[in-house]
Amino acid sequence: MIAFLLFGCSQQKGTLSYDDPGKPAYGDMIVMASIGEASNLIPLLSTDSASHEIAGQIYNGLVKYDKDLNIVGNLAESWEISKDNLSITFRLKKGVKWHDGKPFTAHDVMYTYKVTVDPKTPTAYAADFQLVKKAEVLDDHTFKATYGKPFAPALISWATAIMPRHLLEGKDITTSPLIRRPIGTGPFVFKEWIPGDRVILTANTSYFEGRPYISRYMMRIIPDSATMFLELKRYGIDMMGLAPLQFLKQTEYPRFKQEYNKYKYLAFNYTYLGFNLKHGLFKDKRVRQAISHAIDRKEIIDGILLGLGEEATGPFTPNMWAYNGNVKRYGYSKEKALALLKEAGYERGADGTLKRNGSPFEFTLLVNQGNTVRIQCAELIQRRLFEIGITVKIRVLEWASLINEFIDKRNFDAVILGWSINPEPDPYDIWHSSKQGPKELNFISFENKEVDEIIEKARHTFDRAERKRYYGRFQEVIAEEAPYVFLFYPYATVAIHKRFKGIQPAAAGLTHNFIKWYVPEDQRRYKANAALSP
Amino acid sequence: MLRYLLKRLLFMVPMLFGITLISFVVIHLVPGEPGALETDMNPKITKQVRERIRAFYGLDKPLHVQYGMWLTRIVKLDFGISFSPDRRPVIDKIKERLPVTILINLLSMALIFLVGIPIGIYCARYKDSILDKVLTSFVFAGYAAPTFWIALLLMMFFGVYLELLPISGIKSFNFSELSFFDKTIDVAKHLILPVCISGFGGLAGISRYMKNSLLEVLRQEYITTAYAKGLPEGMVLRKHALRNALLPVITILGLSVPGLIGGSVIFESIFSIPGMGQLFYMSVMARDYPTIMGILVIGAFLTLLGNLIADISYALADPRIRIG
Repeated sequence: MIAFLLFGCSQQKGTLSYDDPGKPAYGDMIVMASIGEASNLIPLLSTDSASHEIAGQIYNGLVKYDKDLNIVGNLAESWEISKDNLSITFRLKKGVKWHDGKPFTAHDVMYTYKVTVDPKTPTAYAADFQLVKKAEVLDDHTFKATYGKPFAPALISWATAIMPRHLLEGKDITTSPLIRRPIGTGPFVFKEWIPGDRVILTANTSYFEGRPYISRYMMRIIPDSATMFLELKRYGIDMMGLAPLQFLKQTEYPRFKQEYNKYKYLAFNYTYLGFNLKHGLFKDKRVRQAISHAIDRKEIIDGILLGLGEEATGPFTPNMWAYNGNVKRYGYSKEKALALLKEAGYERGADGTLKRNGSPFEFTLLVNQGNTVRIQCAELIQRRLFEIGITVKIRVLEWASLINEFIDKRNFDAVILGWSINPEPDPYDIWHSSKQGPKELNFISFENKEVDEIIEKARHTFDRAERKRYYGRFQEVIAEEAPYVFLFYPYATVAIHKRFKGIQPAAAGLTHNFIKWYVPEDQRRYKANAALSP
Repeated sequence: MLRYLLKRLLFMVPMLFGITLISFVVIHLVPGEPGALETDMNPKITKQVRERIRAFYGLDKPLHVQYGMWLTRIVKLDFGISFSPDRRPVIDKIKERLPVTILINLLSMALIFLVGIPIGIYCARYKDSILDKVLTSFVFAGYAAPTFWIALLLMMFFGVYLELLPISGIKSFNFSELSFFDKTIDVAKHLILPVCISGFGGLAGISRYMKNSLLEVLRQEYITTAYAKGLPEGMVLRKHALRNALLPVITILGLSVPGLIGGSVIFESIFSIPGMGQLFYMSVMARDYPTIMGILVIGAFLTLLGNLIADISYALADPRIRIG
């Protein structure tokens, strides 16, 4: 009966029009959902996206990306990079307070640096800070980091969440109560965590960038994605990423459109087919180029992503400053593919299969289980390559065994995977020839002297125009060498309840101005203390 | 009787040991390690970090050493610390989630018995009638259809179309503002679908057992005698037949524990109920070995306990078992 009343009133509000932009007002709650439960709200110690999403509302870094992906100050008011490009001096904002009322100072930054590089801390994020040769607190509001070599991604590495020294120093961070009850400087204050069910944050009324309009933030845990979608349709959650079919078909009914706005924007990732370059078949550049020509990317995007993506041209996405679209492109062309293969010594036999010295051209393509998009891609690729006489066997594997048994052991022919990329590009880990060790990411064994040189130079250059030139060339070489078939850049597709106003889609996505989102007073859904335990 | 009980209890010890040994080996055989799902293919994670994390969890030691360490802890009833980054004691994680799982399992067990036994009796009494056939098909449909599929259909029907029942979770957002009475109703509303669905699958077993066992009893000579002395049919069924026919059915109660625990994993994930099944699912995905082992031990213990209770109740009722 209560549920009846509760949903009874949401139904009433369903008839309310959300089109009036209204006036900004403080109040209401936004309900998010996550497949997995957050594991640890000290972001240094966790690697899962749910933990980072929540912690992102609670903590701040020294710098952050603005909506156009420029690096701007966050806890830092400003910074100076020394003439030799070796050190960065941050001037910190004054008057910033931790959620428990203690002032934020440069000592907190120092503590965060020290605990990150401490070998006893089981963190995944030590690498960038390990390049710091010397860290100094110049005064309460000035912090200086000096590097052994100029390091271009240094500045953005300080976007790491800064931890409260007064609560952690001298204690074992892995057993700190902050893991379950974080205290930060950010726009939202931790309120409550009901294990397996939800995490609730409330607006930080004295946030240094201004109090967020939305009073409460709830992250529900819904482990099943079908259930999550039903909850969205029932208005149980306010914001959710959608699959292409959900975005285009399953939400195209008047009631849904009356309640939700849908957004799409280019995400920072791409899907590719990677060749094992140690494998005899793929040592020849012409073979790789031929396969790039033989795969119809448009068909993949239209057929599988239902148009929600763009054809990929290289390892950077078009919304990045370093992107160079002016590289060799591989349009779909059976003729070009066959011509290149012929040059490489392959002839089509009477039965149509490609052969060289009597052995047929066949290989196994690996994909991970559960990723329908990639499995469907593999099927389309299999058919297109069959048309030019190449036999492709598809093998679908569980993620952990794909990585451990095949990728790590270099025991594969070709694989379909995707990379998420940082807007601040540094292709070192994926493309530098030194990164071929066990568990390292250049698992296709790509080696190119010019690429190595460019990557190293760009890494130690601070001037963006100069870096852009290096990366432009880098993308040209990669396109020419075709070590991957770059398939597509997918769109992120999101539904957000219409009562939230002030959303500005930009290069950085949607949530860059989250604290400015508001719900006009007459469109509010939740009362002041809904969802809180007494 | 005491000797029988003692024998059964002692037998549980090697059994429990065997279960933990096999479970331990099997979960370590599965590819992937704690944190690997996130750290694999992540550019920010260097080799040293990976080694550091492995050493931190003790995964750099050989498997038998790890098992030995685990075993010495578990005999002191120490379930260890979770490998998940929250680093909480496993026992705390299980404790806060066990009640809701037990509540749902008890409710669905009650549902199975309250609905399944009458169906079985009816089908035995009116064997081969139309309703018997309809009911039989109904319970078998429940047995055969995949739980998650029925769950989604019902959620869509009652949740999205009729807007009658909540879709997932166990409490409404405004739970704390409700009166005690309303709170009970709120939880009840949330429990209707999960309980019905987890019970639905179990109906087939119980009703068939009930039907067959009753049919067998009804063929016995003492039933003929009862009819012969002119007792009314209701009396024959209730006083003479049912009592004997129910015995084997009650044994099933103890044996259905593992099925229910296994079922919890599925419906707790679908209905996002913060119970032990959901914890188990997430721990498996994260390769959180201590938590997986903790839940397996508790599950194994409950199963063995269920078996024991079944054996005892049977022994109490049937002297042939007690003595033999």
